[in-house]
Amino acid sequence: MVLKSAFNKFMVKTKSLLRYMGGVVILFIEAVFWIFIPPFRKRQILDQMYKVGVSSLPIVFLTSLFTGMVLALQSANQMQRISAQMYIASLVALSMVRELGPVLTALVIAGRVGASITAELGTMKVTEQIDALETLATNPIKYLVVPRFLALIIMLPLLTIYADFVGMLGGYIVGVFKLHIGSNMYLNMTTSPLGIKDLYTGLLKSIIFAVIIAIISCYEGFRTSGGAEGVGRSTTLSVVTSFILIIAADCLFTALFYFIG
Amino acid sequence: MIDVINLYKRFGDSQVLKGLNLTIGTGVTQVIIGCSGCGKSVLLKHIIGILKPEIGQVIINGQDVTKLKGKALSALRMTFGMLFQGAALFDSLTVAENVGFNLIEHTDLDSQTIAKRIKEALSLVGLYNIEELMPSELSGGMRKRVGLARAIAMQPKIILYDEPTTGVDPIMADAVNELIIRLHDKLEITSIVVTHDMVSAYKVGSRIAMLYDGKIVEEGSPDQIKNTSNPIVKQFITGAANGPITKGENFNQSVPI
Repeated sequence: MVLKSAFNKFMVKTKSLLRYMGGVVILFIEAVFWIFIPPFRKRQILDQMYKVGVSSLPIVFLTSLFTGMVLALQSANQMQRISAQMYIASLVALSMVRELGPVLTALVIAGRVGASITAELGTMKVTEQIDALETLATNPIKYLVVPRFLALIIMLPLLTIYADFVGMLGGYIVGVFKLHIGSNMYLNMTTSPLGIKDLYTGLLKSIIFAVIIAIISCYEGFRTSGGAEGVGRSTTLSVVTSFILIIAADCLFTALFYFIG
Repeated sequence: MIDVINLYKRFGDSQVLKGLNLTIGTGVTQVIIGCSGCGKSVLLKHIIGILKPEIGQVIINGQDVTKLKGKALSALRMTFGMLFQGAALFDSLTVAENVGFNLIEHTDLDSQTIAKRIKEALSLVGLYNIEELMPSELSGGMRKRVGLARAIAMQPKIILYDEPTTGVDPIMADAVNELIIRLHDKLEITSIVVTHDMVSAYKVGSRIAMLYDGKIVEEGSPDQIKNTSNPIVKQFITGAANGPITKGENFNQSVPI
């Protein structure tokens, strides 16, 4: 009896997980499909790009600057022991561009933008605005998901590049003013180890993170039910799911890039 | 003509519609009454094709709504207007953008014509010079009327009202009733009104149907409904706490004195 009920519970959980994954994949395919169907809503896409990108500049600036500074400070101690302070510049540059820039920016945007997308679409769902869109012969995916999806895919890589630079600036401030590495030396050691491959693997990752944030936050918004409490629940779920998927995808892609060289 | 045939719909474990049949003639104002949560709104959403049934058909002018997809469904929806319970105005758009949503999205009209049509739709519901306000700046009654203006802006053939008098004061409720009658006479449309407000039901309805336990249990003219012998309908229209609908829940005993 106990075994049977445990098995049933397991089946129900598995089913709902499969349904979730299926729903997410279908939403992704539909979003991509509707991108190419006119009319193209330039105004809404630009609005969303502003919300996703420009409004996120301050928080991305702060997170990246402090991360760059902390990286430099933490490594300073070890590097000084082997008299290799100048490599701090390379360490900061490489870690920002390859790893911390894309991942930190994605996490910040998942918290800031993903949460607001889910809360907005979730509120629209529970107040029947999504149903109203359908009765007005307008596809909610075309009207609501596509502008957000495109805005994230365009702005997250740009924010990542910005974060990379700000992070290196943080390292530069600590390196030059606190650790007294020469300014020219620091800049040299920052640029010399960076290859074009480091940049584009970082950007490729950030595009994948953008897809994760857009699709998960819209999907959670659309399946919201149960009033204000429901909106709160899906917003939390959206951020948590995005965080987990971003970290998991990062791990997967880092491994992939490592093995293909 | 709208023909709802043998409609079944379930949400999770609860079977909401259980073989519902209803025929609504063209030009009729059909009121659908029933208890809260008995599936009245669900029925409306099937008629406009937002929800799909497990079994059954909704035939509108020879087309089965439950089978329509894509462009055909959009084309059919353009002939509909729907007023939602909470008005469901888009918060991010102004009143004018809400009312003119369909005109802006689906027609090639120039902005002057659209502005004129928006003004006309708003004046039909008795609202003037509020085009630039946001929905959050409106009162409950005004939101409902803006929602109605949005529903009629495309000059639909069928208007669906989901609890049009719920959540507004009695005077505004009567104004909404008057509006439903006036729009019906002026635009010569078929109206379907879902409500549990009997005053409204008698006032606007040319036919009344009662939805109970997933089926239509009685259908007739307002007078036929008033003089019904069906105990379920009787309990509902008189608003009695005790009767066949509430069998097994004794309201008097549930309060310990």
